[in-house]
Amino acid sequence: MGPYFPMSRITHPRAPSFLLACAVFLNGCQPAENAEVVEFWAFGSEGEVARELAGEFERRNPEIRVEVQPIPWSAAHEKLLTAYAGGNLPDVFQLGNTWIAEFAALRALEDVAARFENTGRKGDYFEGPLDAAVVDGRMLAVPWYVDTRILFYRRDLLEAAGVAVLPRSWDAWFEAMIRVRERHGDFGLFLPIDAWEVPVIFAMQQGAVLLRDGNRHGDFLHPDFRAAFDFYLRWFREKLAPAETSGQVANLYREFGRGYFTALITGPWNLGEFRRRLADLDASAWDTAPLPSFDGSYPGVSLAGGASLALAAGSTRKEAAWKLIEFLTAPPQQIRLYRLTGDLPPGRTAWTDPALAGDHKAQSFRRQMDRLLPPPKIPEWERIASRIAAYAEKAARGEMAPLGGLEALNDEVDRILEKRRWLLERGR
Amino acid sequence: MRFNPAFWFVAPALALLVVFFFLPVGAALGLSFTDFDIYALADIGRLRFVGLDNYRRLFGDAEFWTALWNTLYFVAVGGPLSVLVSLAAALLVNHRLTPFKGLFRSLLFLPVVTTLVAVAVVWRYLYQPRYGVLNYLLGGFGIGPVDWLGDPDWAMPAIILMAVWKNFGFNMIVFVAGLQSIPESLYEAASIDGAGARQQFLYITLPLLAPTFLFVAVITMIGHFQLFAEPYVMTQGGPAGSTLSIALLMYQQGFRWWNLGYASAIAFVLFGIVLLSAVFLALQKRK
Repeated sequence: MGPYFPMSRITHPRAPSFLLACAVFLNGCQPAENAEVVEFWAFGSEGEVARELAGEFERRNPEIRVEVQPIPWSAAHEKLLTAYAGGNLPDVFQLGNTWIAEFAALRALEDVAARFENTGRKGDYFEGPLDAAVVDGRMLAVPWYVDTRILFYRRDLLEAAGVAVLPRSWDAWFEAMIRVRERHGDFGLFLPIDAWEVPVIFAMQQGAVLLRDGNRHGDFLHPDFRAAFDFYLRWFREKLAPAETSGQVANLYREFGRGYFTALITGPWNLGEFRRRLADLDASAWDTAPLPSFDGSYPGVSLAGGASLALAAGSTRKEAAWKLIEFLTAPPQQIRLYRLTGDLPPGRTAWTDPALAGDHKAQSFRRQMDRLLPPPKIPEWERIASRIAAYAEKAARGEMAPLGGLEALNDEVDRILEKRRWLLERGR
Repeated sequence: MRFNPAFWFVAPALALLVVFFFLPVGAALGLSFTDFDIYALADIGRLRFVGLDNYRRLFGDAEFWTALWNTLYFVAVGGPLSVLVSLAAALLVNHRLTPFKGLFRSLLFLPVVTTLVAVAVVWRYLYQPRYGVLNYLLGGFGIGPVDWLGDPDWAMPAIILMAVWKNFGFNMIVFVAGLQSIPESLYEAASIDGAGARQQFLYITLPLLAPTFLFVAVITMIGHFQLFAEPYVMTQGGPAGSTLSIALLMYQQGFRWWNLGYASAIAFVLFGIVLLSAVFLALQKRK
């Protein structure tokens, strides 16, 4: 796990795609010498398959050559910022959704609203991911894939504890976990103690807005946030969640298989991982489900994470670059990306493909897709999120009283947002 | 105006120093009086000159005090421990009864030249609370499982243990060189006068190692103040900020959040602390 992935995702090496690229090369599909060159940066496992995706694009558009640069997630943010500072941003680049606001503040992104409108695909997208790409009314990127959080749970352990129907509210989940523990020992839910996602999801579900006055001040002392925070801490207080970081659980899959915990809240990449690594566990022993809620609605809200493709404002080849974005985000390519990496499509059409439509465990993500909210879209968000994680950890470990922690968090967030307030006052 | 010819000999080195050291340091000092951040990166018009505000804010920043405390903990416990282990290892590999001296020296030096990231991966396995070797061995003595990297009280000792293991080889080599420069005749004379091994160590080895000691102590202290890579790869400063060092805080502020103004202020405070401590240590030793 690197320091600052958008919604901290784990990437795993996959088969290199250069073999395929070579095959393309040998087939004589090499584009013309005088082809226009579009630079494209992609990260992590998307970076590993980007060459393969771009190869297809080059076959269809021989007048454009794509220069792909794969970059590991852990280096991506720094690399993009230094490229920006040096005036070397590529024409097209992948952007973690939580970074869009930051690059918007840098004025590094082209508004693609009009171009996107022309594709006629707008209605195909789920609202959550589409909204994540819009900052201050400007559409600055096109959703490429969605990353959100849902429940992965051990159906067999729940049933053995007499919980026949999957609970749809958090209170019912809490009760169910206590019953599972009575019967089975160990823990109910695994919540990495050093992550911000779950406290933030609980808060959004309680209706907390996190920041107030147009994202000028922290709002962490609001009763809604406090209720969510208290519920989050209850899992640790009642010893229903182990006080462990994600890095500490030596082998998440093995522990899940052993029943060290019954459920966890995690993202799409674990669909493939669980299938691969839980080979000795019967496929019906575990399942996925959208998130429960506090208010009885179902599914409950989850985070709209993932990544989008952005067009650099300083690009001198915007037409060709847009063509590449349009190609990569089209439904057939969304499916292709899913097959290659397990990344979930942000559009409805792709979800009707047999690969996804027939996959019961993936369909839980499809149902979750209707209830997604992005975190606040300001450049300071990742920093604020890291402070939420820090104070949540301190409170969960009992090093700080919950209220004292939230007061300190609120003060710190107000300090972080000081520059933003100053800029807004002056209309810059 | 005529320059001393010596000037032209030092000029190339001086030019490099000025361009690659003094200018950047000067620029960083200037930066520490501004609020240079992601907004200023986009538009220099959004840069504010804030005077000593960064420094003032730093002293009111709970994270900074946590980091300072952790760093001092690491220096105060890890530093002496590292020096003692190096000295003990040097005495052992330099002892006349030790066979295969070259081999042992190389083996003990190996951790120094091993990539830290690889070391960290292995040590994370050793420290694993439920399946790790360390807890398995401790369990043999009836000591309950310790959550080395997950318990805020144990994370720093775990980092210190790993850092000592990783780095003692370098000081060991320095001590070996120091030991070998002590004339054998002194020991011979002492043993004729009836001095035992303990007295020889206290009255010959230690005093004659004093210059080496000073060098090792200063270098070790400076190195320990700059603690960064170990927590960066092992814990990211966690759990609950218990392994956050000043250098790691500076890195996070500077390159993670791009608050270069604030990060520069941290850098200069760290520089001041290291400078004062080194001068203090050197003066103490001279007495």
